Amino acid sequence: MSDKIKNIDGITKESTEALIEETLAAYPEKGRKKRAPHLGANDQGSGSACVKSNKKTVPGVMSARGCAYAGAKGVVWGPIGDMVHVSHGPVGCGWYSWGTRRNLVSGINGVTQFAMQFTSDFQEKDIVYGGDKKLKTLLEEAKGLFPLAKGISVLSECPVGLIGDDINSVAKQSSKELELPIIPCNCEGFRGVSQSLGHHISNDTIRDYIIETREFAEPSSPYDIALIGDYNIGGDVWAAKSLLEEIGLNVKATWTGDGELEKIAATHQVKLNLIHCYRSMNYMCKVMEEKYGIPWLEFNFFGPTKIRQSLRAIAERFDDTIKENVERVIAKYDPIMQAIIDEYKPRLDGKKVMLLVGGLRPRHTIGAYEDLGMECVGSGYEFAHTDDYDRTASEMPNATVVYDDPSEYEFEKFAHALKPDLIGSGIKEKYVFQKMGIPFRQMHSWDYSGPYHAYQGFEIFARDVDMAVNSPTWKLVKAPF
Amino acid sequence: MANLLGLEVKKIVETPPEEIERVKNWINSEEYKEQNFARQALVINPAHACQPLGAQLAAHGFEGTLPFVHGSQGCASYYRSTLNRHFREPAPAVSDAMTEDGAVFGGQNNLHEGLENAVALYKPKMIAVFTSCMPEVIGDDLTAFIKNARTKGHVPKDMPVPFANTPSFNGTHIHGYDSMLLSILQNLTEGKQVEGRCTGKLNLIAGCDFNTGDYREYKRILKEFGVPVTVLADIADSFDSPCNGTYNIYAGGTPLEDAADSINGKATMTLGPYATPKTFSWIKDNYAGKHVSLPMPMGIEKTDAMIMKIAELFGKEVPETLKNERGRAVDAMTDAQQYMHGKKFAVYGDPDYLVGYVSFLLEMGAHPYHIVCSRGSKKLEKELQGLLDGSMYGKGCKIYMNKDLWHLRSLVMTDPVDAMIGDSHGKFAARDANIPLFRFGFPVFDRVNMHRYPRIGYQGVIYMVSQICNKFLDIKDETCEDRFFELMR
Repeated sequence: MSDKIKNIDGITKESTEALIEETLAAYPEKGRKKRAPHLGANDQGSGSACVKSNKKTVPGVMSARGCAYAGAKGVVWGPIGDMVHVSHGPVGCGWYSWGTRRNLVSGINGVTQFAMQFTSDFQEKDIVYGGDKKLKTLLEEAKGLFPLAKGISVLSECPVGLIGDDINSVAKQSSKELELPIIPCNCEGFRGVSQSLGHHISNDTIRDYIIETREFAEPSSPYDIALIGDYNIGGDVWAAKSLLEEIGLNVKATWTGDGELEKIAATHQVKLNLIHCYRSMNYMCKVMEEKYGIPWLEFNFFGPTKIRQSLRAIAERFDDTIKENVERVIAKYDPIMQAIIDEYKPRLDGKKVMLLVGGLRPRHTIGAYEDLGMECVGSGYEFAHTDDYDRTASEMPNATVVYDDPSEYEFEKFAHALKPDLIGSGIKEKYVFQKMGIPFRQMHSWDYSGPYHAYQGFEIFARDVDMAVNSPTWKLVKAPF
Repeated sequence: MANLLGLEVKKIVETPPEEIERVKNWINSEEYKEQNFARQALVINPAHACQPLGAQLAAHGFEGTLPFVHGSQGCASYYRSTLNRHFREPAPAVSDAMTEDGAVFGGQNNLHEGLENAVALYKPKMIAVFTSCMPEVIGDDLTAFIKNARTKGHVPKDMPVPFANTPSFNGTHIHGYDSMLLSILQNLTEGKQVEGRCTGKLNLIAGCDFNTGDYREYKRILKEFGVPVTVLADIADSFDSPCNGTYNIYAGGTPLEDAADSINGKATMTLGPYATPKTFSWIKDNYAGKHVSLPMPMGIEKTDAMIMKIAELFGKEVPETLKNERGRAVDAMTDAQQYMHGKKFAVYGDPDYLVGYVSFLLEMGAHPYHIVCSRGSKKLEKELQGLLDGSMYGKGCKIYMNKDLWHLRSLVMTDPVDAMIGDSHGKFAARDANIPLFRFGFPVFDRVNMHRYPRIGYQGVIYMVSQICNKFLDIKDETCEDRFFELMR
């Protein structure tokens, strides 16, 4: 990668380091010491992380992070549509995470898909006497009211772990009695430092309770693959799946966007795992590689440049039929993508974008912005690990600022200094920057739009970025008087 | 090879289409409704959140105040994003990010470090601390922790740091609102009572109300009266701030001095009785002047009661402007009544909103047919029943206490209504029942600018009547046969 160093006018290692130092000056000494290693200037040629990560959030700084429960319910388990997901504990966690991630599902609500809010709604007495009995009863009730549910997950909230309930034994017993997979997931929000541990715990429960409990009914083919780490935000899975099918692959299971429990359970029979969100699902890819010898490949379906590279990398794993298909598909979409770029690039060329998202998109979407002529002047993650930052170095222009779990204070400071034309981050950040008159797109939820994945998604992405950056409403922010 | 638990390996079986069809019909049946209502443990689609959310709302209602969650950081992110989505506004709040070691050693270190960082970075005038589950389960002693924080210099000596215990396993967001508001007022008014002093003002408490339009409407009405007011927990500017190129982290809120002086008020009025019982009871014992608790003024009758009470408390005539406004609201109702009369509604939400919806619907000659409260008291049930009993349009209407939106779905599928009133979460049941949903409650995640329009007062009546009747007319235009499609309605 060292031959492709990209620099940005006005941004040097020194200027970025000065900006970081100036920003940290506001902190009390202890806070400054803790935060300093999490901010750095990118060394594009190094291919390695310039910040520390996956450490405890500093108290009181206004972090954007969520918790392990959020990672389990919102990210890994929640998107599996044909299961009942019980938020076990008080009413809030389930209510806040109900329908707020946009992981779309197929099926009929309450009949074959259960994108609803199931909770044991803990009361004082459940804290005092424990909630195991209540859990047992509610599992029976769920089975009775939703007979077509393929399974139930029990997602623990903070109190469950603190009072010492044994959801694992309840799940085991009920699973036998109800003849239904019931998966206990000890994902209490106080565990770990972010959503990330929730992903890991959930992957572990898939490993323990799900994988290899089903087999596909139809015979296998050399083109059987699974789509891993795509959560179908705004329909991403549907866009990605149809492209993979267009190059001749059989997408046997999707993890976990629009996911089906039984297909996930039979994924040990596929020939290749294609992983989009490395952060949240690398664990199971590694398990399937070790246990079943299934290779896995990271890919990137944001923007035509990365899609093209990814399709060719995928083709390398298959025979000439797929390779030919890929070239044919690329040739088909290249002019369509070029037309999109020709339409939007003149209005976006040279515009600057700053990103702060979860564990993948701060690096994966950079190429799509670059396809539109934009440059990324700062990027960071809520809950990434060192291996994510290693993968980020080469994607970001040299010497740009990298921030791990930044506080709102830091993010604001960086934005003031770098004056981006667009910020891509989350709902908590959106209105802060819009008040400043800075265009913004939510990059967790695609701001209620999408899909953004694959060729189909790029057209929507390009339109959305253009309408955010170039909306005439921004010109009205400053009053003439 | 085998799976880890040695579970039986089965072939994937697709559910047969006829079985899907059977269940699809079954969940709409009386039989299903019975089984659904027999639930003892499982709660499905509840229409309420947990205490700290309401506590955060109350905290945002005060000048320069930083809400501070003592507990896991994920909790703070959930409350903040809920408020962001509803208002489409920033909701700055911090947490002290307790993790496993907090569970073992308690959260004092987190709290102290968090206070110090928050003060340095966000320069608040007040920090309002409230708890989520973890410190409540392990029994953190906030009184001692905050006292120690002052002694050790983690917060400036003169900075108010009120705190509230807001366990999520008890009550709902309205109870957290009450506890936080009480704590803030206790803290700010301490030692501020001056014998013989009267601010001459009305202290107005809107209750756990998430419509900024309501707060502005209260202030406008009192301006018409010429009655000076201190709105306690005034979120109007906090969650409806201008987009002018500058982000103001503390965009609104009751000035702290005014809040402190509220103890010397001429009168104090709560218009959210179910969301402020503890606060109001404490005010009765401690505040100077008169103390009045009235239902949220939705509909004409409840608005009249508030207007007359203000006139009485301040010895003023009802201004002509308000008399005319009332007349215009009634005009809006009489002009539109034919489009709502006899229509059946399913309503759900927080107690104060529910009393308002029911009262308003009965005034219009509509039936609040299914009334669902997902967490409410005997007192509320009695008040609602009283409203139903007092009107011929209340006949046959039924109240369902401590039931959720999956119960509500069974109700609207087996015993249909014409429309629903509640929050965005009802949209799934409304779609299944093919009826419109009026988003007068909280939260509204799927429509824009709803919180800017008042539901309370005479203006609120005009808003609600217009929303409801025009929607019914839209439906008529969209669905009627061509030969009945005509210009006038």
